[in-house]
Amino acid sequence: MTDTPLHLIRNFSIIAHIDHGKSTLADRLIQACGALSEREMKDQVLDSMEIERERGITIKAQTVRLIYPAKDGNTYELNLMDTPGHVDFAYEVSRSLAACEGSLLVVDASQGVEAQTLANVYQAIEAGHEIVPVLNKIDLPAAEPDRVKTQIEDVIGLPADDAVMISAKTGLNIEGVLEAIVTRLPPPQGDAAAPTKALLVDSWYDAYLGVVILVRVKDGRLRKGQRIRFMSTGAVHTVEATGIFTPKMVPVEDLGPGEIGYITAGIKTVADCKVGDTITDDRNPAAEPLPGFKPSVPVVWCGLYPTDADDFEKLRESLAKLRLNDASFHYEPETSAALGFGFRCGFLGLLHLEIVQERLMREFDLDLIATAPSVVYRIHRTDGTVMELHNPADMPDGSVIDHIEEPWIKATIFVPDDYLGAILTLCNERRGQQVDLTYVGNRAMAVYRLPLNEVVFDFYDRLKSVSRGYASFDYAMDGYAEADLVKITILVNGDPVDALSFIAHRSQAEKRGRAICEKLKELIPRQLFKIAIQAAIGGRVIARETISALSKDVTAKCYGGDITRKRKLLEKQKEGKKRMRQFGKVEIPQTAFLAALKMDA
Amino acid sequence: MPEPLALYVHWPFCLSRCPYCDFNSHVRERIDERRFRAALLADLAWEAGRLGPRPLASIFFGGGTPSLMSPETVAALIEAATRAFPPATPPEITLEANPTSVEAAKLAGFRAAGVNRISLGIQALDDSALAFLGRRHSAAQALAALETARALFPRASFDLIYARPGQTRAAWRAELRRALAFGLDHLSLYQLTIEPGTPFARLHDRGELVLPGEDAQAALYRATEEEAARAGLAPYEVSNYAAPGAESRHNLAYWRYLDYAGIGPGAHGRIMVGGRLTATARVRAPEAWAEAVERRGHGVREEEELSAAARAREALLMGLRLAEGIDPARFLARTGVALADALDPAALAAAEAEGLVARTTAGGIATTRAGRLRLDALLPRLVR
Ligand SMILES: Nc1nc2c(ncn2[C@@H]2O[C@H](COP(=O)(O)OP(=O)(O)OP(=O)(O)O)[C@@H](O)[C@H]2O)c(=O)[nH]1
Ligand SMILES: C[S@@+](CC[C@H](N)C(=O)[O-])C[C@H]1O[C@@H](n2cnc3c(N)ncnc32)[C@H](O)[C@@H]1O
Ligand code: SF4
Ligand SMILES: [Mg+2]
Repeated sequence: MTDTPLHLIRNFSIIAHIDHGKSTLADRLIQACGALSEREMKDQVLDSMEIERERGITIKAQTVRLIYPAKDGNTYELNLMDTPGHVDFAYEVSRSLAACEGSLLVVDASQGVEAQTLANVYQAIEAGHEIVPVLNKIDLPAAEPDRVKTQIEDVIGLPADDAVMISAKTGLNIEGVLEAIVTRLPPPQGDAAAPTKALLVDSWYDAYLGVVILVRVKDGRLRKGQRIRFMSTGAVHTVEATGIFTPKMVPVEDLGPGEIGYITAGIKTVADCKVGDTITDDRNPAAEPLPGFKPSVPVVWCGLYPTDADDFEKLRESLAKLRLNDASFHYEPETSAALGFGFRCGFLGLLHLEIVQERLMREFDLDLIATAPSVVYRIHRTDGTVMELHNPADMPDGSVIDHIEEPWIKATIFVPDDYLGAILTLCNERRGQQVDLTYVGNRAMAVYRLPLNEVVFDFYDRLKSVSRGYASFDYAMDGYAEADLVKITILVNGDPVDALSFIAHRSQAEKRGRAICEKLKELIPRQLFKIAIQAAIGGRVIARETISALSKDVTAKCYGGDITRKRKLLEKQKEGKKRMRQFGKVEIPQTAFLAALKMDA
Repeated sequence: MPEPLALYVHWPFCLSRCPYCDFNSHVRERIDERRFRAALLADLAWEAGRLGPRPLASIFFGGGTPSLMSPETVAALIEAATRAFPPATPPEITLEANPTSVEAAKLAGFRAAGVNRISLGIQALDDSALAFLGRRHSAAQALAALETARALFPRASFDLIYARPGQTRAAWRAELRRALAFGLDHLSLYQLTIEPGTPFARLHDRGELVLPGEDAQAALYRATEEEAARAGLAPYEVSNYAAPGAESRHNLAYWRYLDYAGIGPGAHGRIMVGGRLTATARVRAPEAWAEAVERRGHGVREEEELSAAARAREALLMGLRLAEGIDPARFLARTGVALADALDPAALAAAEAEGLVARTTAGGIATTRAGRLRLDALLPRLVR
């Protein structure tokens, strides 16, 4: 198994728009090659994280090695990488592409080309991939394979005549996919005799094994006992084990050129591992590292604070471990007057933000408070210097600001005709500028420039709701432009809560201020005292809400038999108070922070 | 001088379950009264054995429906209790009675057995409300029982449940005025509480039973206080109203966090054993409790020696229900913690400033009416 000649290896990624059936196709390929028994099989078996299963989406790319006896009489080693479809996890896709030579481009035959179809296929073309289009879900009555083939040719410019027509759900024509993989995708290249050169594709922390690293070997070999060096950090470790995923972790003797697998090397220092790094042999090192990956650039930042201040160190360790498994996530320490010590964290989007928070809570058992998400503003000071503002709380005084620039994006939106009007209205409300509008059959493709700030809040949810879920959306950063922006401060009983302050365009400030005050009124339970919630720009109050004091909260009957129960309840409530943040006399439950950020503008 | 003792006796049976009730009550086709009487007497004897002689201050027969007991059983228990714990002064002996005609007929027997205070579960003065509450008596029957009780017992009180779905303030005031017009010196007036696991809770979850809103409940509570005050009854506890001196001494022992022993299924106690304050709980299911008593002489399921922090919390959560508040000397003696140390100073200062808590003349603290109405929210902040 370890000596597979290069011409019998195929490495490929499965790419597609969200929900077009990548993970289901992976299921069928795994089954067809007998990698898992029927008992071990379940739907989207590679979506192994609890959050992935609950939400029915792929968040992490996953790798599986399959053994396929092809019609040409040869037995091939296939390394499959299932990737996520959502734009917030695009960094997973780009790294997987770098580990492969080809891609299966899955397109839902009833939906056709969508925004992430385009985004992902362009990435694959850029990575030099051979691409096999696969039309999925042809079992659906609404499937229109011919129309979608034309669309692939017209919109993407990819020949689609010999697209493989399948149903991943029913298992129809999976054989066709396997044959296309071996006949149409190229084998990897590499030199077994050259100094070891392996790409660090992904990594994660395992309580027993320490750091586990996913590698793609380009040249040479990796084997147990070998002294390896990480070329960017210079760290040296001894390989303890090499193995593959079937998708279970199975040790193999070594990993040779063209192969994808894992290594462990007793690494406890998480910082030694950087995705995109090149692993080489310490005694016989490669001259040049591999090009690596473009670093991911977070577009949304927010503060994460432990609810219980004692958990700060635990949060720091947890972030380091999570970052190991999520290279698109960034963090740096910060402090907040309201929330104490925490971290400013960068994400690729709001879903990414939500997922990271949830993983921290579940996988590391942390209770967190998140502050309002913010994009990165450029503050041009009157003295000519420029600062990058990640946190609205750090906004300097107006007198030293010459002007502010905000980031823009170029968004591509696919939508059926019927909903185009609603989408255009939405984009215009969000200060969008139309760049292009074209039609492919009865679907429109609208390209808009939009301020990122207008998108991070709830654009995606609104897009889905005004189009009844039919619109799809992708974006890329598109420079900075000057804007009339103001900082909105939220005051609770007159005290500013820095964690809730945010920046908005002056034209939206009042609406946003009102919305957040109303939301907080809903979310903060009545307390013993009256609570005033205000939104202000500088000293000027632009919105105000009052939460009246609790009028009655007392147990009607309480006699001798109830004392123990009442005491235990009291003790639980006191424990629950730890999950509240105290602002003056006011307690704000942690849920209020997160939910206030998700408000409809 | 040993601590006086308040004794609680639980009778766990009812003729039917009221849909709001989560008390330890059970419906049985046939009740083996001889067996349960013997078990109660044995449970009492065991408790008396380990507590030693103490002056009996009060007995409370609660339930369930203790008026389903035969007067002979009640007499035997009173006799045994007064023998084990010779009272220094005449004890207060209360029995909870349901005002059905059957039970009314037994009241004279209870009086003869030694009961000197009766607490009637009237609940409402309106037949449709009684039907809604699942009661087995009419308003007329209840009032007849009340007349009989008043003629027989030196002290009488009754319970009403208000803040019922759709009940307006005017309607409640009118009902309460009629209740007060009987001229009793004690009433227990409870706002309807949705207890988890009850039929009412299921209706409530489905939105088929809607209680008055929080503000309406607060207004109903204020109306209750006003009406009671007009009749000379003061709210000495959150839901209990009495003329001066007519308070339930037995129940005061709970709220003042004094010693009480509980016998019978599911009964709880707080008793000083060998200088340590112990929480006792008895087996809840009636038959299992009786078996336990028969097998090993007592029905205790669990005993826990309370830590100083637990004692302080319990004394606070009970004591702050009382208008008289908490006496600092008694608090220290019972809990081993100084009252000031049991409270969060900043929260106390804030609560005082807001008029939720006030100092008492004895140097203790008490909730104001405003504070008492919000006690469940106040406690977690106030208590250390
Ligand atoms: N009818 C039908 N449904 C399919 C087919 N393939 C996948 N599905 C369904 O489409 C939904 C999405 O499938 P997934 O495999 O999770 O899609 P995905 O592309 O991996 O999604 P992400 O990883 O979130 O981007 C599931 O409900 C599948 O059961 C198919 O061939 N026919
Ligand atoms: C031990 S219980 C019942 C005693 C007796 N079995 C009876 O029903 O009259 C004592 C009192 O608590 C009150 N009570 C019981 N459940 C209640 C609830 N869910 N809400 C408000 N008051 C309640 C009733 O007024 C009842 O009379
Ligand atoms: S309210 Fe009284 S009669 Fe009704 S079930 Fe409860 S204890 Fe029994
Ligand atoms: Mg998937």
